Amino acid sequence: MKKNNMMLNLGLLMGVVMLAVVPLLIVNDSEFGGSDGLAEEAVGELAPDYKPWMEPLFEPPGTETESLLFAVQAALGAGVIGYAIGLYRGRAAAKREQTDEHPV
Amino acid sequence: MLKHPLSSAMNAMKEWKKMSRSFFARCALVLAFLCYFLVNAPEKSSAMHIMEGYLPFGWALFWWLLFLPFFLFGLRAIQRLVRSNPEAKLMLGLAGAFAFVLSALKIPSVTGSSSHPTGTGLGAVLFGPQVMTVLGSLVLVFQALLLAHGGLSTLGANAFSMAVVGPFVAFSVYRLATRLGGGAKLAVFLAAALADLTTYLITSLQLALAFPAEVGGVAASFAKFGGIFALTQVPLAISEGLLTVLVWNWLITYNRAELETITMLRRGA
Repeated sequence: MKKNNMMLNLGLLMGVVMLAVVPLLIVNDSEFGGSDGLAEEAVGELAPDYKPWMEPLFEPPGTETESLLFAVQAALGAGVIGYAIGLYRGRAAAKREQTDEHPV
Repeated sequence: MLKHPLSSAMNAMKEWKKMSRSFFARCALVLAFLCYFLVNAPEKSSAMHIMEGYLPFGWALFWWLLFLPFFLFGLRAIQRLVRSNPEAKLMLGLAGAFAFVLSALKIPSVTGSSSHPTGTGLGAVLFGPQVMTVLGSLVLVFQALLLAHGGLSTLGANAFSMAVVGPFVAFSVYRLATRLGGGAKLAVFLAAALADLTTYLITSLQLALAFPAEVGGVAASFAKFGGIFALTQVPLAISEGLLTVLVWNWLITYNRAELETITMLRRGA
């Protein structure tokens, strides 16, 4: 990969990390819960009589299991992306090698 | 001396053939991975989806009916794509995987709550919006069924915001930005970020329509839900834009040929 492209990619990753870390530093008294919980409360305020008419069919037990599943999801997703990109990279390298050995 | 480079080239050819023969094996592997981590998506990772039972029956049905035709068109688009370009399956898997990873990234935001990106922008820019309707809906189906996240009754509404409107916004923004002379990278960034943000605005609108405030009606509700969802989402939308450009860079560097083929096919369709 060209060097300036690599620098750009590093910069992109830095940007993402910054965007996640800065809120942690500037907002102090918060647990950073999901905003869907807040929406649930908002519905309760707007329509106090509203009762959800359907329950989830299945719920995973506990937060420990949830965080395990969460880590597994991220790891496997990244694995698939890494696999595909790695394959493309290897193919590109193999093709380059071939044309180097047999210049047309 | 001449023999050595020749035979190594022959070996490379053999390897190449073996690789293309195992193409279906590779596809199966990717599919297996997909299924595995689909099943393992987290319980309440995402903040966007409307919870099970949280839309009145009429609205739930309305969004379902609006969503279904897009899904059917999407299925046909995928069929066409795979038939005309079987090699695209791996990149299809990549686009799906990207959406799954990004829905696993619970990121803290300036409002003091967390949310996650949608990841639908990349696939929409690569394959067109209809294809992403199907991939995005699959994420939602599995999360609703196995993780109590989102829901079946609200699936129509959630899929309409994340898998229909989001990808269509991404695609339109990308086209507009490139036509106005913006670079591909800037166009991809804007497409992904705006798709992400629009998805949450639609979610807010859906909730506002179903639960208008007593004072101020739908507009007041929309402001309330928008404050919860959309505001939290602004920094995350930027993150999604950056990550999408990152993967786009990799694809451009290592697989420009296939990227161009797919884009050409999409224009033809």
